[in-house]
Amino acid sequence: MNVETLTTLTVYGLADGAVLALAALGFVLIYKATQVINFAQGEFLLIGGYTFYAAFVLFGLPTTVAVLFGVVVAVALGVVVERFVLRPLVGESAISVIMVTVGLAAVLRGVMQLIFGVQARQMPAVLPAGTVEVLGARLPLNRLLVLVVAAVVLIAFALFFRRSRHGVAMRAVADDQQAALTMGISARRVFAMSWALAAVSALVAGVLLADITAVTPDLVSFGLLVFPVVILGGLDSVAGTIVGGIIIGLSEQFVSGFYDPGFAQIVPFILLVVILMVRPYGLFGQVRIERV
Amino acid sequence: MTLRDRSPATPEGAHQASSGGDPVLRLHNIEVIYDRVVLALRGVSIEVAEGTIAALLGPNGAGKSTTLKAVSGLLPTERGEISDGHIRFCDRDVTHLDAAARVRLGISLCMEGRHVFKHLTVADNLAAGAYTRGTASREDLDLVYEYFPRLVGLRRRAAGYLSGGEQQQLVIGRAMMARPSLLMLDEPSLGLAPTLVEDIFGYIARLNRELGTTVLVIEQNARQALEVAHRGYVMEQGRIVLEGSAAQLRNNPDVKEFYLGLGEHGRRKSYRDVKHYKRRKHWL
Repeated sequence: MNVETLTTLTVYGLADGAVLALAALGFVLIYKATQVINFAQGEFLLIGGYTFYAAFVLFGLPTTVAVLFGVVVAVALGVVVERFVLRPLVGESAISVIMVTVGLAAVLRGVMQLIFGVQARQMPAVLPAGTVEVLGARLPLNRLLVLVVAAVVLIAFALFFRRSRHGVAMRAVADDQQAALTMGISARRVFAMSWALAAVSALVAGVLLADITAVTPDLVSFGLLVFPVVILGGLDSVAGTIVGGIIIGLSEQFVSGFYDPGFAQIVPFILLVVILMVRPYGLFGQVRIERV
Repeated sequence: MTLRDRSPATPEGAHQASSGGDPVLRLHNIEVIYDRVVLALRGVSIEVAEGTIAALLGPNGAGKSTTLKAVSGLLPTERGEISDGHIRFCDRDVTHLDAAARVRLGISLCMEGRHVFKHLTVADNLAAGAYTRGTASREDLDLVYEYFPRLVGLRRRAAGYLSGGEQQQLVIGRAMMARPSLLMLDEPSLGLAPTLVEDIFGYIARLNRELGTTVLVIEQNARQALEVAHRGYVMEQGRIVLEGSAAQLRNNPDVKEFYLGLGEHGRRKSYRDVKHYKRRKHWL
């Protein structure tokens, strides 16, 4: 094992982990605020990737405008899904709601295939190609930038929750809906906002992923990796999601680099099973505060 | 003594500061139904004059909490609805306004059982309270911390770890952040030690005196409530059965016996007098 491989694998792992954390963040947001387990998070990612592709390649918009277009579509998608799919289900059992999100996932995937077909589409790289040398390792610049962009977006989200008025409102609703209502914080608005933000974070993850791979229906499979990440992180913790994403990303890359790339693909799910056995509430699962 | 005494407080019975202005809150014949079948309020009319404290007394299940929820617009979250009557706040009909809009108008409710945001810090709880006013302003925060200096040191603590008394202070402070003109409190003394109860009512009286906030408070501890309140209402089975100035209520033999625990001549109640119970409850 040399420093060079180690550095390369670490950067690849961190980049993967940061993108995973972004994808999982949306899932955590929705779960935290609305207690809905969203099986369509991978599809949000897919739609994000394709929307950006459509705006950037098909419509030929400049990068920033394409990103803005993607954000607008993502917000609209989130709000529409919340309003017309989830809200009628308020008060239904958790299993029914989960089944509906599974169905929603199938519908969204189908619609994307109808519009864009099933073959992979190459997207001209947005992030510069080039390589940089770090500690003797030649690292592709785009991986590093993916890491930077994902980190910036994650920090922005974290600050939003911590500091902003709406972030506080979202946490308040997650904590005690009725009390939040007595402060004039409408749960409906917060629900819509969490779905919209989930779609936006998935969009960013989708665009970044599409940039380092390609725009294909396979982007959905990345959505499956959200589960090991959130279970590891503790389902309702933003910090846990980031740590969980990085652990999954790194372990996948290390196993792939030092042992076997095929085996690496199942590592996240082995971790998932292990964590469920030893610490089912995850690394950062919310400590239930009980005073008697 | 007339038991449904709706005449203005008599001079000798009036509390010194009861000379409030016009009614800021007016409930007229409010009827509330839960689940379309359970009639919880059967025509409740209450008036709270601007700048005064009104106390709502009565046994469990009388409809006190329902009354406050009707005023704050929380009924829809519990499958309840106002089926008759209307509520006016500052000369505006708010009967069917949604809860958030009422908070913006200046109606705040501190729910029974404190309901702090357990996993949020004390500072974030206060920030959430200021939601309708944008971000928490420095002056509002300073005012709350001046009222409740204990909270200053606890700012970064998760509210769930605070003691009961501290949580109650936080809940009142959080409500103050919205700068309400009408503050409603549902049993603020629930589960608190007697000295803390006294403190809580001290804060309520101070709020009312210094900020001019109108207060409507539900309380099981009638003695405590009638000490600070200007006017009181007694509810039973979804109706107002008795109302009057605090002094009138304090001297009412029924209130004395059932809510203040005093016998005929100011003596402490004893089991000897229990036989009076049926006879005394003649207001029903």
